[in-house]
Amino acid sequence: MSEEQIKNLEEQFEARIARDEKIEPKDWMPEKYRQTHIRQISQHAHSEIVGMLPEGNWITRAPSLRRKVALLAKVQDEAGHGLYLYSACETLGISRDELYEQLHSGKAKYSSIFNYPTVTWADMGAIGWLVDGAAIINQVPLCNTSFGPYARAMVRVCKEESFHQRQGYEIMLKLCQGAPEQKEMAQDALNRWWWPSLMMFGPTDAESTHTEQSMKWKLKRKTNDELRQQFIDQTVPQAEILGLTIPDPDLKWNEERGSYDFGEINWDEFWQVVKGHGPMNKERMKARVGAWERGEWVRDAAMAHAEKQQERKEKQAV
Amino acid sequence: MKHNLYRYILGIADNSLILGQRLGELCGHGPNLETDIACTNMSLDLLGQVRSYYQYAAKIKGEGASEDSIAFLRKEREYYNVLLVEQPNTDFGYTMARQFLFDVYHLLFLTELQKSSDLTLSAIATKSIKEVSYHQRFSSDWIKRLGDGTEESNTRIQTAINDLWTYTDELFYLTDADKAMVEEGIGVDVATLKDAYYKTVSEVLEEARIEIPESKYFQKGGKQGIHTEHMGYLLADMQYMQRAYPNMEW
Ligand SMILES: [Fe+2]
Ligand SMILES: [Fe+2]
Ligand SMILES: [Fe+2]
Repeated sequence: MSEEQIKNLEEQFEARIARDEKIEPKDWMPEKYRQTHIRQISQHAHSEIVGMLPEGNWITRAPSLRRKVALLAKVQDEAGHGLYLYSACETLGISRDELYEQLHSGKAKYSSIFNYPTVTWADMGAIGWLVDGAAIINQVPLCNTSFGPYARAMVRVCKEESFHQRQGYEIMLKLCQGAPEQKEMAQDALNRWWWPSLMMFGPTDAESTHTEQSMKWKLKRKTNDELRQQFIDQTVPQAEILGLTIPDPDLKWNEERGSYDFGEINWDEFWQVVKGHGPMNKERMKARVGAWERGEWVRDAAMAHAEKQQERKEKQAV
Repeated sequence: MKHNLYRYILGIADNSLILGQRLGELCGHGPNLETDIACTNMSLDLLGQVRSYYQYAAKIKGEGASEDSIAFLRKEREYYNVLLVEQPNTDFGYTMARQFLFDVYHLLFLTELQKSSDLTLSAIATKSIKEVSYHQRFSSDWIKRLGDGTEESNTRIQTAINDLWTYTDELFYLTDADKAMVEEGIGVDVATLKDAYYKTVSEVLEEARIEIPESKYFQKGGKQGIHTEHMGYLLADMQYMQRAYPNMEW
């Protein structure tokens, strides 16, 4: 194809997106679009499955049968989200094995929030309330993103995430209505998860790269700072209902802006965790790689069996 | 209180609780996402059944008992599950072998329990049977895959079957509570399930190219509350919150 032809195709492509048409896997797309989507969708898929680990950590210790069942179902939903997102990513011409390889080698990133430890039962509440809550704010706009398979996966994912958020909030509510020790546990969890949750929206707009391109492709509709503000404004009243204190002395309602002002995020901590040196980065990778390696003989067996079955069928047919 | 009925329900439900707990340990650590999701599903099914059984048991027991007090607040000697279900997730082969050896029994058992003169038990059995037939299909398929797959998988699944075989005979042993319930037309005479059990198990193992263990030495004790050393750790984990924070609502 000549440069001119490619330019033409690109213009038509951008025009389709501007008209709100969906791009489907078989459609022509610029290489950069493909690569950006592989990166973002796989990162999202990896986050779902690494995200199973901190909550999976409490399944065996859940305090009641009802909570155990709900937590199992939640973590299973996250596995399902990983599954649809990997499938959406595969439509762009990359295999699941390659994507895992990128995760296990440390080449691909996943959401840093999952590099924090879950140390009490209240963390199951705080994660649902804050982490799923922040994820929803990040993801709702993606239900209208330009790439069809991603947009459709997000519609389903977002529905389940809002259920998770309600479930998490309900865990917190129960703790806050309970014994003083339980309320303390809830406050402690909020103290530990609040700032990392704010970091989920990424660096400040001043520091953030490739925002413009992402806006055009509808991978982003609002900036990191706008989304973060939306999260804070939505969450502060919820904390008030619980009777919990947000661990930020600078948090204050700003009448003029109609929003909360808040304190400085510790960006050194943010970058430390992103670069792989958070409290649980090594543990999380060890768990993922370990599960994959321990499962190798199982996957090999399944493949060998399927091949043998196929051969047997062919022989019978002769 | 109807003591025998209470004990009888625990004898059924504890199997599902302990197996559900074991499967729950694996969530997020499976060989791939599909098997991970399937194992979690089985855990969810079993724990759902447990809740129905314990809610019924709590009614019989009275004295403020609840599904959670029954699940979390007994001493090790008061759990009546068979030894098979408490065995650890040594590898995926052991997990599937344990599942398969239990599922075949479980399905036969529930099929009979449907005929119980106790309407609550027969209703739970009817509801659970669909789930458990799916479990048996899933675990049998994996037994066949692993047995037929590679040399390594064949060795591993054979080892798991050999090791767990010793716990199969206990499934067909009747406690005093079981005998009393059989007499009342409530309980299942599990001794009568034995031939059908070994027949089905042998068929699947043969198809999977797995040798049927010849050992005649069996272990039992779980039904009397005498467990293997694994059980204490499983309970310590499972009961942790209820023990550390007594009398609270979650
Ligand atoms: Fe997500
Ligand atoms: Fe998710
Ligand atoms: Fe979620």
